[in-house]
Amino acid sequence: MNVLTFLIPIALFLGGLGLAAFIWSLKSGQYDDLDGEALRILDDDDDRPLTD
Amino acid sequence: MSCCGVRTEGEGAFTGSAALWAKQTDDGCFQLTLSVPGMHCAACITTLEKGLREISELKEARVNFTLRQVRVKWCDADFDPDEVVRKIADLGYEARPFDPEAAGFARDDAEARELLRALAVAGFAAGNIMMLSISVWAGAEGATRDFFHWISALIALPAVAYAGRPFFRSAWAALSQARMNMDVPISLAVLTAMFMSLYQTINSQQHAYFDAAVSLLFFLLIGRYLDHRMRARARSAVTQLMALSANGATVLGDDGEKRFLPIASLEPGMLVLVAPGERIPVDGLVEEGRSDVDTSLITGESNPERIARGDRVYAGATNLTGPLKVRLMSAGEDTFLAEMIRLMAAAEKNQSAYVRLADRLAGYYAPAVHVLAAITLGGWLYVTGFNWPVSLLHAVSVLIITCPCALGLAVPAVQVVAAGVLFRAGMMVKDGAALERLAEIDTVVFDKTGTLTLGQLQLIDTGPVSTESLAIAAGLAAGSSHPLSKALARAVKERGIAPAVVTHVEEHPGRGLSGLWRGRKARLGALAWCGADEAQLKAPDMPHLALAIEGRKPVLFAFRDTLRPGARETIERLKEAGLRIELLSGDREGPVRAVARELGIERWRAGWSPQEKLAYIEGMAKAGSKVLMVGDGINDAPALAAGHVSMAPSTASDIGRTAAHFVFLSESLHPVWFSHAVARRARRLMLQNFGLAIIYNVIAVPVAMLGYASPLFAAIAMSASSIVVVSNALRLSLAERQLKRGFSLREGAGQAEQHRQSRKAA
Repeated sequence: MNVLTFLIPIALFLGGLGLAAFIWSLKSGQYDDLDGEALRILDDDDDRPLTD
Repeated sequence: MSCCGVRTEGEGAFTGSAALWAKQTDDGCFQLTLSVPGMHCAACITTLEKGLREISELKEARVNFTLRQVRVKWCDADFDPDEVVRKIADLGYEARPFDPEAAGFARDDAEARELLRALAVAGFAAGNIMMLSISVWAGAEGATRDFFHWISALIALPAVAYAGRPFFRSAWAALSQARMNMDVPISLAVLTAMFMSLYQTINSQQHAYFDAAVSLLFFLLIGRYLDHRMRARARSAVTQLMALSANGATVLGDDGEKRFLPIASLEPGMLVLVAPGERIPVDGLVEEGRSDVDTSLITGESNPERIARGDRVYAGATNLTGPLKVRLMSAGEDTFLAEMIRLMAAAEKNQSAYVRLADRLAGYYAPAVHVLAAITLGGWLYVTGFNWPVSLLHAVSVLIITCPCALGLAVPAVQVVAAGVLFRAGMMVKDGAALERLAEIDTVVFDKTGTLTLGQLQLIDTGPVSTESLAIAAGLAAGSSHPLSKALARAVKERGIAPAVVTHVEEHPGRGLSGLWRGRKARLGALAWCGADEAQLKAPDMPHLALAIEGRKPVLFAFRDTLRPGARETIERLKEAGLRIELLSGDREGPVRAVARELGIERWRAGWSPQEKLAYIEGMAKAGSKVLMVGDGINDAPALAAGHVSMAPSTASDIGRTAAHFVFLSESLHPVWFSHAVARRARRLMLQNFGLAIIYNVIAVPVAMLGYASPLFAAIAMSASSIVVVSNALRLSLAERQLKRGFSLREGAGQAEQHRQSRKAA
């Protein structure tokens, strides 16, 4: 029982971290152009596009 | 003709000022979105972004490949964004600025994000609560169980409040209009499950349904998000087409200055320049110039019309041969377009409200479930001697277990799969209800020009013609953009004849072409102008050209409209499906009869006005027929709006595409019958799914009514039934392969070859 009081909050915190990361990625537009990202990875050049 | 069947011919390069579409952002910079439909490969992204980086003023240039758009941002107020358009043109792509907000992208985007966020929250909550629930089912007892329940409640309450909003909103909207939809039983099940579980937790009892409530939302949100994405993709493809064609007009000011203005800022009395190859933007009177105009989008007429000073021209017509100066008429009520829009609005109002299948089923299902729950409550109250907590528990478990989950997925799952199948076949579904309507039709009414045909002329064989005449005619026609000249030049090229050398070629708008061949005068054009006799025509209703060479008898060429690839098979397939086929056209009798005979359509009418078409479709609807209208022109728009369901090719007029429920991108007509076949199968699958949900309930409801339902039972039963329903919906993709195989076998090598050639010619 005692161990649960530590483990459950830790589990929830880690899960919450994942959720927060997802929402951040959504907000920063990483899901706006899924077809494009699939192709950009084929481009070997290092220089980056002008972005915000 | 481009690869995607979009009529780019004549739309030419963008000539306006891109600055009109630029938007000022909060930080004082400017942002512009351009549509670049020609982007097709991985390299395009790099080419465009690198190329644009060479413009030093640009702060940002980002390609969105999914939407085929480029977004640029700059902060220097003096920078002329036309440079961006020119730069992209130099890189080999056509770019057109447009307003993403006006095109509705912003709203779709916001909605997709809200659903995705809700989905993430529900997924997080469902995962964590399920973890705790499994330990409870595995035998956690006493204080441990209560502890787990409390944590579950803590996670579930905010998650349901957030992720359930799309459902609660829709259910509330339906209830406040005294209607019923699927979201009502779903919302009710989620809310009662939450309240009961909370009550059980507070009283440290064992029936907590937090996991059921949250995973129900999670599953349903997946369905809803996929549904939304499918529809947004189809809509964006359609709006982008409109953004491409709805541009503006070059206005000639009093001071002789040329300015490019968007359509919305045009005013009556302005003088507009229309170059050959451009669409006429608004109704007006020709002030100066002489030309031929293609009015096929307006009247259905396949033969270009000759116009000169003082003639009236209509918005949507394409100017073919000579430059025109057009004085705009009062923009008010009397334009042809305004009249069509008025008819369209009236036709839409007359349409009876269509209740979607899911909502119709919910109308039977929800009351039945609620009555069963009430019976359970009454029964248990009677048996237990008014023990309220126990009776309520059993009544609520009936509500939860009746599986709004499978029910909520039964229809949307099929629709998502169907829309995906149709999307791959080049058919955009603008409206989910349209798919259900399409399954109900009994009659198909086609328009001719631009719908059954491509609006592209083809030389027909009307007797022997010498190779030399063909060569001379092609030599004359080579430089002209008139559709008859183009058709002639193409036909000669296809026959492998090299055009003769003709010098001093001059184009006489409205009459034809003249030139010198081996020192002799040659003319190609209107019959009277070339001295040919109208009486000797073999096919009097068809468009003709005459070739007159000094000292020789004139030679005649006849043309007809090219059928869309797959037109014959489409008609055949639709007939096989038991549908009545009719053809209504605004064109003259000859060409209409020829097309009807070729396709085997027995019922056809020629020379009909838009009002007659509309009245006919409305009359059929009154007589109880459910009509699918397929058309493209401005004159078809009211009929499209009046049809039970309607389709338009992507080459249609803007107003035609707006009115239609489906828009197909391909040049071939195959998507028409394919969509009908898919719609029928989809309907069958929806009903099957509903049947499955009912079978499930017949088993589960008695269990719950007798009080044997537990949270574990609910979790297993609900997920199992959802999986069954979704797998059944996926069977539609199998049907896709079957149908496709069917038509590739029957299409035959001949038709495929014809299609390839028409592409090559383009």
